[in-house]
Formats: sequence, C-alpha cells, structure tokens
Amino acid sequence: MPEVKWEELELHELREKLDSKEISSVELTKYFLARVKEQNPELNAFITITEEEALKQAQEADEYMAAGGGENPALCGIPFAAKDLFMTRGILTTAASKILENYIPPYDATVIEKLKEQRAVMVGKTNMDQFAHGSSGETSFYGPTKNPWDVTRMPGGSSSGSATAVAAGLAPWALATETGGSIRQPASLTGISGWKPTYGRVSRYGAAAMASSLDSMGAMARSVKDLAMIAEVLSGQDEKDSTTGPVEVPAYSKLLDASLAGVKVGVPKEYFVDGMEEGVEARVEEAIAVLKEQGAEIVEVSLPNTKYGSMVYAIVCPSEVSSNLARYDGIRYGHSTQAGKDLFEVYAKSRAEGFGDEAKRRIMTGTYVLSAGYYDAYYKKAQRVRRLIMDEFEEVFKQVDVLVAPSSPNVALPLGKAANDPLFGYIADQLNIPGSLAGTPGLSIPCGFAKPSDGGDKDMPVGLQIIGPQWGEQKVFNVGYAYQQVTDWHTKRPGV
Amino acid sequence: MLSEDEVKKVAEMARIELSSEEVAKFQKDLSSVLDYVDVLKEVNTDDLEIVSSVTGLENIERPDVARLIDYQEEIMANAPERKDRYYKVKSIL
Repeated sequence: MPEVKWEELELHELREKLDSKEISSVELTKYFLARVKEQNPELNAFITITEEEALKQAQEADEYMAAGGGENPALCGIPFAAKDLFMTRGILTTAASKILENYIPPYDATVIEKLKEQRAVMVGKTNMDQFAHGSSGETSFYGPTKNPWDVTRMPGGSSSGSATAVAAGLAPWALATETGGSIRQPASLTGISGWKPTYGRVSRYGAAAMASSLDSMGAMARSVKDLAMIAEVLSGQDEKDSTTGPVEVPAYSKLLDASLAGVKVGVPKEYFVDGMEEGVEARVEEAIAVLKEQGAEIVEVSLPNTKYGSMVYAIVCPSEVSSNLARYDGIRYGHSTQAGKDLFEVYAKSRAEGFGDEAKRRIMTGTYVLSAGYYDAYYKKAQRVRRLIMDEFEEVFKQVDVLVAPSSPNVALPLGKAANDPLFGYIADQLNIPGSLAGTPGLSIPCGFAKPSDGGDKDMPVGLQIIGPQWGEQKVFNVGYAYQQVTDWHTKRPGV
Repeated sequence: MLSEDEVKKVAEMARIELSSEEVAKFQKDLSSVLDYVDVLKEVNTDDLEIVSSVTGLENIERPDVARLIDYQEEIMANAPERKDRYYKVKSIL
C-alpha cells in the first residue's frame, strides 16, 4: 500500500479514516507532530508545541471512538493548531508578546472548550503578530513566520503561524482570528482557505482582546467544506460573550450547495485599487469568469466609501487597543519590571519593557485620539464614517447575494517589508477592513498563482475573497464550495 | 506634527516609559498615522449616528446564577509578586 500523505486529506476524509479505524488519532497526531518538529525550525509557525498534551488527548479520543455509542463528533481525534492568543488552561499563551512570555491561563477560551468537547487534538500554539497587531507576522516577539511557498517572504498576518501551519501541512486546520484582515490576508498569501465569521457568530471569550467591536474568531483549513464543518462547531451564542446573538447555527456543511444558478455575485469596482499587481487582478478576473460559467449572475457594484475603511480602522482599532491593553499592569500577571521605584514606575517600565513597538504605537495612537479635545474630531468622526460604510454594505446586499474581490492587492511580499512602517497593516488590509468594520462574514480561497511584481522568481498564491451579509455564512460557503468543485487551486501545496 | 511634549503626555497617560530616542521615533510615527486619517475630515457625516453596536443586538441577557470558580490558585500563580492570597504592590501613599 502506498504511504498516505495525511496532510493532503480534507477533514471529512480524515473523519472517515478515523471512523473506519484505518488510522488512530494517536497515529495521526504523531504524524503531524513529526511534521511540525521537522519543519518548524525553518518556518517558525509554532511558538509552543504541545506534544505531551496532544498525545494524551489523542489517546482519549481513541478510547472514546473505540467505545462507540453513536456518531463521533465531527472533529474528534483530528489534530489542529491554535493561534497563540486563545487561552488554554495550563498551557503557555503569549499572544506572541514579551509581556505574556510566562503567562499560563487559568481557564480555556470558549472555542477551546468546544474543541475539547469534540475531543479534537491540539498540537500547538501558533506564532502571530504580537497581540495580532500587524499584517506580516513580523511584529512577533518570537521572530517572523516564513511563507512555505518562498521562505524569504512573509505569510501575511496577523494569523501568520496558523496560515503557514495549514499551508505546509503541519496541521489539518488551525484556529485563527481576524480584526481587520488577519485571516483573509494570510490565507490568501499562503494559498489556503480562511473563514472570517460574522461579528458575534463565534464567542470571543478567552481570546486576548485587541479591538472588541471587530475581533472575530475563525479558522483556516484546506477547503471551504472543511471550514463549514469547523464553523458548525465554533459558532453559537455564549453567555460569556454578550455580543454573540441568539441566532441559529445552520448545519453549514450539510447545507452546502454547489449550484450557482440564480446567485447574484457583486464585483465592487473600488476593490480593484491602484497599485494592485497585474497577476492578482488577472487571477481574480479568471475566478469571476469561472463563477459566471457556473451560472452566477455577475453584477458590477459600487462601494464608494471603501477608501475610507482603513482610515476609520486606524482610529477605531487603536482606540479599542489602548483600552484593552490597559490591563497589562505588571501586577496581576505578565512581565513585571525589576526597576520600578513606585507604582507609576512599575506600570510604565513594565509596559515599556513588555510591549513591542507596534503595540506601543497603537496604544498611544488610541490614547491620543480618545483624549479630551480629540475624541469628537477623531473617534466619533470615525464611528460616523463607519456607519456610512455599514449602510453601504447593507444597501449592496439588497442587490446581490455576495461580493467577490481580491483578498489582497498583492501576493506575499519579501520579509522585512513591514519593518518600521506605521501604516503597513492599514494599507495591507485595505480590502478586508471595510467588511470587518461592517461585521460581515468573509472567506478567502485560493484562485491561482502569480509572479510578484518585485521581481521574485517564484509563483505565489493569489486569493479571492467572498463577502456576505451579516449572518450570511451559508451563502458565502456555498459560493466558495461551488468554486472549489470545479477548480483545484485549493489542493496545491508548496513543495517542501 | 505632534510636539515632543504631546508625545510625552500621551505616553504618560498610556503608562509607557519612553527613552528620548523613542519620543522622537513615536513623534514621527504617531504623526504619520494622524496625517493618514486626516482625509476623513472631507467626509460629510452630518446626521449619521456613531456605531456603538455592530450587529444591532440589544439586551442580551443571561441568568444571574452563581458559579463556583476552582482556579484561584492558578490565577494567583501568575502574579509577579504576591503574599499568600494577595497581590503585592509598591506602597501607594
């Protein structure tokens, strides 16, 4: 029998193999742990590898499955990786920062709890931009993650490690989060499928908070079908997060429908921005042509306030960051200075030593725009323009079912490009941020390859994003699923 | 461009100690962010309500039930400095 490449299987296939006892969870977990250990020194996708806990969880999953007694939970016995900002009881959780370099959470995030109930197996905690501030992976205190398609390039961020882990087949899927573009952009740059949920679809409880009116807990995987399976598990109201709503969770994966007849797909012209790489534009146009061939009605639409999205975000996000990161005081947990003479110095020095430049920049920007005399001019103004952007999305979804556009104006950039550019993240995520501000769900799916315009010689992945109305996950999944039924870009893997 | 004093004031409010090199660096960085968002002034936002709820959910409630928390020691174990069940801080007065 030829050796099975387990990293090339989708979740529903792994489910079948586990259910039919073709492989055990322990064997599968060992297989992925071996890949992690082999490739992580180069890729730097993981901050912590949880081998011991993973093998114990896998053993328990095997015992559970052996006992029988009905259908196994969808993700039972299947390994996954979690972005290192999800609280995991008893397991180091750093948010890729120095200030949390020794932090052991006393509780689990709600999504981690749900995955434990499923008896899913966590193989490790993935690298990321520090506190999810960034779009390159380079602001991590633990060094940048590499893009497995070209290790001289960035994987995007902030969910850099989760993206690389899935793209390189170090885990079948990974938990990730998005505030501006932190799932869709890295998914696009690493050639995988990523789901950014509707705001409030998945509980934020136990995820290190960045910008609470935007933070969305999602996932990265090998296909839209995989993401639909995961979404069913993660979604739902949680009494520990009052922004999760009493909105029913459909059986997304069972309701997948590849028929696009009668589906109206909007193409917002403002998303084809100046400076977009030619190869990206060409691949996205080709993908739209595929959807059209499948029966979708393609409609050109306009979202004229798109250009203001990143500016609104550059005010709203740091404002919420400055408030959320006020909790790091060097007293209750986290890094504490050895040099403080009084209480003020303990705060100011602990935070100076513990935060990276990007966190400091966002905290201070937020503090400034929220301070007396500037609050109306900046914060309130931004939240009014945000209303304009939200209204615009609401209007457009009266005309079309979903929107499609490039996930990122460019393919992966060389490592180092983000360094010391205070605007890097806001520009990099300009095509993701407007939808995030409006709380809409989105997908990024691979739609081909293009040469970087900077002269790099390796073809790099291009992503197509699909945006739906709030709570419209099913529509978004259906369009992505339909596309993946007739294309095989999502099955391409870097040759490592 | 923000003045040096403005940056120092913001850093003090944010409880982040800055070296003099950092003051100069963040003076530049913060100013470039503020310049970037300046364009928003051109947008007419009269009559627009500020966004305070993204999905429009209101009055999400849960039963007020007491829960037993069994991880006090795990919480306290993260304290940089403690005495028994208390956090230890520098004297305030």
